[in-house]
Amino acid sequence: MNNNIMENKLNKVQAMKSLKNHGLAHWKLQRISAIAMVPLVIWFTSSLMLVLINGYEQSIEWLQNPFNATGLILLFGILYFHAASGLQVVIEDYVHHEGLKIVSLILIKLVAFVLGVLSILCVLKIFL
Amino acid sequence: MKRQRPLSPHLQIYKPQLTSILSILHRGTGIGLSMGSVILVVWIIALTFGKETYVLYSTVINHWLSLTVLFGFTFGLFYHLSNGIRHLFWDAGYGYDLKHAYISGGAVVFSSLFLTILTWLIIYFKVN
Repeated sequence: MNNNIMENKLNKVQAMKSLKNHGLAHWKLQRISAIAMVPLVIWFTSSLMLVLINGYEQSIEWLQNPFNATGLILLFGILYFHAASGLQVVIEDYVHHEGLKIVSLILIKLVAFVLGVLSILCVLKIFL
Repeated sequence: MKRQRPLSPHLQIYKPQLTSILSILHRGTGIGLSMGSVILVVWIIALTFGKETYVLYSTVINHWLSLTVLFGFTFGLFYHLSNGIRHLFWDAGYGYDLKHAYISGGAVVFSSLFLTILTWLIIYFKVN
């Protein structure tokens, strides 16, 4: 009997511990993606101003530079990872209906993943 | 089974301050930027589909309504960037006291306005 209670408590503690670790991993990944976004955003906005407003040919030429293509792929990938992880926190904080929460969390990740893949594919097509 | 737990802050009696407004604005701009990032995907798709599609995209994006949205997008971007860096310093354990929270808050307001205006001045002089 006593043993059972102890076991139950142990299970609970272990469950909480794994939840906590999960939260910590999310927290860390969100910060790492945030740090990665800092140089990417600065690079992209300055390039955008200097090159991309010039028009179609200059934009294609800009994208055919391997460094720019790499930067853009990193930008799109990390952007959608960062957006999904940020929106996840917002949903977890404000959506209290359990079913709606799960559906919106899945939907957010799905949309972010699709947009990420789509945009990276476009960059590759122009580059190659 | 589910206990009603007290929620804070109590918005109906909460006095807004610079720090709280900046905090909610970080989430607000995060959500706005996530939605606005679709413009980037449309841009790269238009480039992939060739010159005609890109010209169509350019026409739409150069409409004053789109430019107003883009102006808001750039402000959101620079705000989220500046305040995100502020958050990263907090995460590392720096600048938590009230005095420095206000100083960094003021710096965030200044830098996001400054970078937004600078960006659009550069765009304006580059186009004209």
